[in-house]
Amino acid sequence: MSSTDVLSPEPTPAAPKRREERDSVVIRFCGDSGDGMQLVGTQFTNVSASFGNDVSTLPDFPAEIRAPQGTLAGVSGFQLNFSSHDIFTPGDEVDTLVAMNPAALKTNLPDLKRGGTLIVNTDEFDKGNLQKAGYATSPLEDGDILSKYQIHKVAMTRLNRDAVSGLGLSMKDQDRSRNLFALGLVYWLYDRDRTPTEEWIQDKFKKKPDVVEANLRALRGGFNYGFSTESFTTHYAVPKAKLAPGKYRKITGNEAVAWGLAAAARLAGKSLFFGGYPITPASDILHTLSELKHFGIRTFQAEDEIAAMASVCGAAFAGEIAVTASSGPGICLKGEAMGLGVMTELPMIIVNVQRGGPSTGLPTKTEQSDLLLSFYGRNGDSPVPIVAASSPGDCFHLMIEAVRMAVDFMTPVVFLSDGYIANGSEPWSIPNFADLKPIEVKHPAGRPADAEGTADDFLPYLRNEKGARPWAIPGTPGLEHRIGGLEKADITGNVDYSANNHHKMVMNRINKVAGIANYIPLQTVEGPESGKLLVISWGGTFGAVRTAVQQSLKNGKSVAHAHLRYMNPFPKNLGEIVKRYEKVLIPELNAGQLSLLIRGKFLVDAQGLNKLQGKPFLVSEVVRKIDEMLES
Amino acid sequence: MTATLPVLTPKDFASDQEIRWCPRCGDYSILAQMKKVLPTLGIPKENFVFVSGIGCSSRFPYYVDTYGFHSIHGRAPAIATGIKTSRPDLQVWVITGDGDALSIGGNHLMHMLRRNVNLKVILFNNQIYGLTKGQYSPTSPVGVKTKSSPYGSVDNALSPLCYAIGSEATFVARSIDVDIKHLTMVLERAAQHQGTAFVEVYQDCNVFNHDAFLYATDKNVKGDHILYLEHGKPLTFGQTVKKGIRLNGATPEVVDLGKGMSEDDLLFHDEKSADPSLAFLLSRFKHPVFPEPLGIFRNVVAPVYDDQVNKQLEAEVAKKGTGDFDKLFHSGDTWVVE
Repeated sequence: MSSTDVLSPEPTPAAPKRREERDSVVIRFCGDSGDGMQLVGTQFTNVSASFGNDVSTLPDFPAEIRAPQGTLAGVSGFQLNFSSHDIFTPGDEVDTLVAMNPAALKTNLPDLKRGGTLIVNTDEFDKGNLQKAGYATSPLEDGDILSKYQIHKVAMTRLNRDAVSGLGLSMKDQDRSRNLFALGLVYWLYDRDRTPTEEWIQDKFKKKPDVVEANLRALRGGFNYGFSTESFTTHYAVPKAKLAPGKYRKITGNEAVAWGLAAAARLAGKSLFFGGYPITPASDILHTLSELKHFGIRTFQAEDEIAAMASVCGAAFAGEIAVTASSGPGICLKGEAMGLGVMTELPMIIVNVQRGGPSTGLPTKTEQSDLLLSFYGRNGDSPVPIVAASSPGDCFHLMIEAVRMAVDFMTPVVFLSDGYIANGSEPWSIPNFADLKPIEVKHPAGRPADAEGTADDFLPYLRNEKGARPWAIPGTPGLEHRIGGLEKADITGNVDYSANNHHKMVMNRINKVAGIANYIPLQTVEGPESGKLLVISWGGTFGAVRTAVQQSLKNGKSVAHAHLRYMNPFPKNLGEIVKRYEKVLIPELNAGQLSLLIRGKFLVDAQGLNKLQGKPFLVSEVVRKIDEMLES
Repeated sequence: MTATLPVLTPKDFASDQEIRWCPRCGDYSILAQMKKVLPTLGIPKENFVFVSGIGCSSRFPYYVDTYGFHSIHGRAPAIATGIKTSRPDLQVWVITGDGDALSIGGNHLMHMLRRNVNLKVILFNNQIYGLTKGQYSPTSPVGVKTKSSPYGSVDNALSPLCYAIGSEATFVARSIDVDIKHLTMVLERAAQHQGTAFVEVYQDCNVFNHDAFLYATDKNVKGDHILYLEHGKPLTFGQTVKKGIRLNGATPEVVDLGKGMSEDDLLFHDEKSADPSLAFLLSRFKHPVFPEPLGIFRNVVAPVYDDQVNKQLEAEVAKKGTGDFDKLFHSGDTWVVE
């Protein structure tokens, strides 16, 4: 095929093509980490979201920026689920797998469903690449694979070179656009509109006209290949989803955290101070905020995690909405300064985008294993409120509530996200800023010196009805006072090590945080109000667990779902809810951390479903466990 | 009409807290000189913040009636950076010690200095851990016998000023607790500097390390062991015989004045030199080979971190207008569901 054929505006199909409708489809693009798989996945998501599908995504990439080419360790993938109805997860099984090399095929094939569509770039299946992937012979000749899947062998590298030839690009630069050839092919297969991606290419590479041309040709080349080749007989349409009316955009968890922080500071009439240190998977929060200087946001890239947290304590004392974001290893380092925040009772936010641990663990993979760290990872009785977002978009609204809580109760608040929420994306109903509820901040007024030259004594640890102390900020005359990590006397805030005072102050701090239960929403339950089984989940497992419970309910099972967003304190009706069901199941991406807390607090025999693979739950895994518990 | 500031006195800066340093600790003198200097700076009392880490010296904020933050070990520079960056209207002092600043907090100290955050830092150097009752510190000399080094410390000592100059500090000075006039002068000069002002104060821990600085405080000998730096003046010292420092090639040497050797032959101090080499050379002078300089080693003008941060904010607002959330939310790809 010559390049003119590929570029022909109206190619002729080799055979008539069928168009079928599908309810929802799961696609996974996978290739070498330099193959641009995240880019094509993101483009497909954007195009599908703006078309009106509900979408949910799961990027999966190696910790190494460029692992050795062609190896299993270097495989990068992007999975997305797009649908004509509400979806909460990126999907259990893959309907269409695009594998750019043997290593990608080997690591991803187990997730492709029987009878699914498999598109491979045959040009990369040479001896060297097969060897790196550990294949003795080419899997493309393997009768087993051929019989299990609808396989499309596409000489993508060669076809793409044909499409982009004549632009004077080097072979290497020609091959750079190969991912867009693959994207174009899948666009044809799922009847997508290329225009948004073409516009994106034109904008992104506007300074390099030859790159624009190459990428456009690659995209159209792939699209037209699907249209004209005999290999593809059918293409599929996924109609628009019935989302609530309104204007939408796509948002990732990290973006929503950053925007939530920015919005919360504005709602509080304050500027935002962000002290952070780069760490996967939290760095995008720093990146996003550092672009928003015109919103009055100061970002401080500290020398380490400790300094980041310490600078946040300083900024909070100075009267800022102060925040840091990190992940497990960084949070460990912040522990001491978080304790200082607890002792000095200053408002601040600590975002933990959880990843697999312990130690460096799985930097790019998701886990929920820092719940107990958030509760207990500091010396002394050191209570902090903890909230956990349940989806990318939820990060925005929950963050505003977290900031409100921090300033209302004068306390550090831990905000839990995870790698899955942080990098995953979903359609987000764009709020009207004017509709968001303002955050009330009260600083005590200054007290000018009286005639004798002395002001009334200011009492920095005199509490209000919520147990919060006043937030007196430097620069206010007459309120000069000292705070610090040493135990403070009740009311006066002077240093005080006396026995009864310490007991009283520890309880003051504990009771203040416990009392937040009176101000947060009551726990809601999806499903029957009582019955055989209650499934309790928290954080990023919301989608999989909600979908599993809905499926079980449809099948007439007696099961209900309580998803927690407020972890400390728990909603005050949770204990009563838990006791209305015969059994309690707690699915978590850890070895049983919420289970320990629920069992300890409510004396129920909660059972765990624990997955420690750096991956989110599949819906089917949760359904199976629900069935098992209902049957036993 | 310009608002007039109330006239403040040292008494206005005395807090109501009982001072709990050991009797005759060098810290008392530093506190007293600080209380003298603060009212002279023309800054309202409520705009001072004192931040400290952990150690004897770090109790300092409790004894000054300003805003204060007695924080955690080694982290005062980071906490102060958070305060100063978000509130450039405040004058923020960091009070630290040799263990706090150079051992557990060494990293934060370096980064505060290289950023040139507009903070005033006083490092109380007593060459010992006092609060934990007498272990050797990063500035203790090799061989010193302490509770944790009964057979003598084998750790090489660090010079706080070498460290500061190596970290590109823009204001570097040294004084001593017993020289009240000199200490006052240095504190005033530090307060006036734009950027990080780093001051080492030789401070007597009379309980655990009283002998450490006798060479520099004993009236009978100190003239031969310390050298007062003055900008534009030759480096001279001497208890009875007037001596000076001369450069022999790139190597400094002590020479007696007279007998054909005049002040013009000596090294002249230039605190404003953009090149830190002279300041570094002076910071290497160690007793007993050289007299140890007191005064301002380095005082140069350089961009200030918190100014730069806030200027960037202002520039972005000037360019884009104050951030509009609705515009932000609707930027990029959006779609409408009917």
